[in-house]
Amino acid sequence: MAGFRLIAEALSGRRGGRTVFEGLAFAAGPGEVLAVTGPNGAGKSTLLRIVAGLLAPASGKVALEPTPEAGIGTAVHYLGHQEALKPSFTIAENLGFWRRLYAGTGDIEDAVEDVGLGGLSHLPVATLSAGQKRRVAIARLLVATRPVWLLDEPATALDAAAEAMLGGLIDRHCAGGGLVMAAIHRPLPVEPTATIALGRVSP
Amino acid sequence: MIAALLAIAGQTARLQLRSGGGALVGLVFFLAVVVIIPFGVGPDLNLLSRIGPAILWIAALLATLLGLDRLFQDDRVDGSLDLLHLSGHPLELIVLAKAAGHWLATGLPLVVAAPFLGLLLAIEPLALGAVTLTLLAGTPALTLVGTVGAALTTALGRGGLLIAVLVLPFAIPVLIFGVSAAASVIVGPAPFLPPFLILVALSLISAVVAAVAGAAALRAGLD
Repeated sequence: MAGFRLIAEALSGRRGGRTVFEGLAFAAGPGEVLAVTGPNGAGKSTLLRIVAGLLAPASGKVALEPTPEAGIGTAVHYLGHQEALKPSFTIAENLGFWRRLYAGTGDIEDAVEDVGLGGLSHLPVATLSAGQKRRVAIARLLVATRPVWLLDEPATALDAAAEAMLGGLIDRHCAGGGLVMAAIHRPLPVEPTATIALGRVSP
Repeated sequence: MIAALLAIAGQTARLQLRSGGGALVGLVFFLAVVVIIPFGVGPDLNLLSRIGPAILWIAALLATLLGLDRLFQDDRVDGSLDLLHLSGHPLELIVLAKAAGHWLATGLPLVVAAPFLGLLLAIEPLALGAVTLTLLAGTPALTLVGTVGAALTTALGRGGLLIAVLVLPFAIPVLIFGVSAAASVIVGPAPFLPPFLILVALSLISAVVAAVAGAAALRAGLD
């Protein structure tokens, strides 16, 4: 889906009865990288979950235009703090599950290769390190094509090489007409086209 | 859509079987309850064969409740639930697919084991067939009612006992009609078919209710 726009207007988010940000407005289209920065508790994760449709905004709205038939969720890959992997399943089984669920067409072995875990796809996820699990979660972004990637601190637990790999994948996604929105603490290996800086709005 | 739902059902069933905690524990529990009862009741074969169907049903009901607390909780803890929300498939159908997978791994083994365990309770062959048939028709209802309880307690850390307390009252009609259909074959004179058909109806109704209520509970639990 080329030519889409992600537009937020006067967006406010609440978390635990506390307004974490308000009056937020941004717009982005294909090929852009939005970085979301701010101190702990500034509402970065809340913002990403609101954009994904997993949380309702306190006020304002965020929309993907043109809106996909089955809601914004079907255009979105969400990489949260949890990897959403089943420990007793192998890497290939985990990725295969999400590929079928998201009606993806990407090759699982290629995706595993891309995140630097080539030859390990037969291993149960329980045997992987935190960084390797993170890599598998990133591989999930590749097995099903969805235009918007929402990444919540994607570089957590990744080593330097994997961070560079992540940068390459983000570049590739953007070059293919995708949009990336990432909550980060450390700079991404990719230069963001815009930065949304969240601060503390109210105590 | 069908492929995605089959994937969910298959994953749920295989998770239950592979993690070792779910399916096998339920079966062993079922076995333990049924084997212990004759020792408690004593060697009165007539009494055993009369209450046998009820014992099998009660054991199946309790065994079904085991492992239900993890049905959605594991998915919530590891983040899968968020991604299921984003899959674009109706949450109602996802709930049904999860319930189907859970039943395949936990309910179906009970149905298969019931005829063999019925032998321990001196149930006659014809009645044995009737009990197995009622379990086949009724255990889906137990799993589906339990699914609602599992969805409601997803956000709680440990919902095991709470699920049992929530679910048991709603499982009573299933138990009543399941046992009365099976008992009609043994003690008569009531016909088998009417309670059996009500049992089938209960399973169908609980499929609808579980889909709507389970999805609503999961949506409410999003944060």
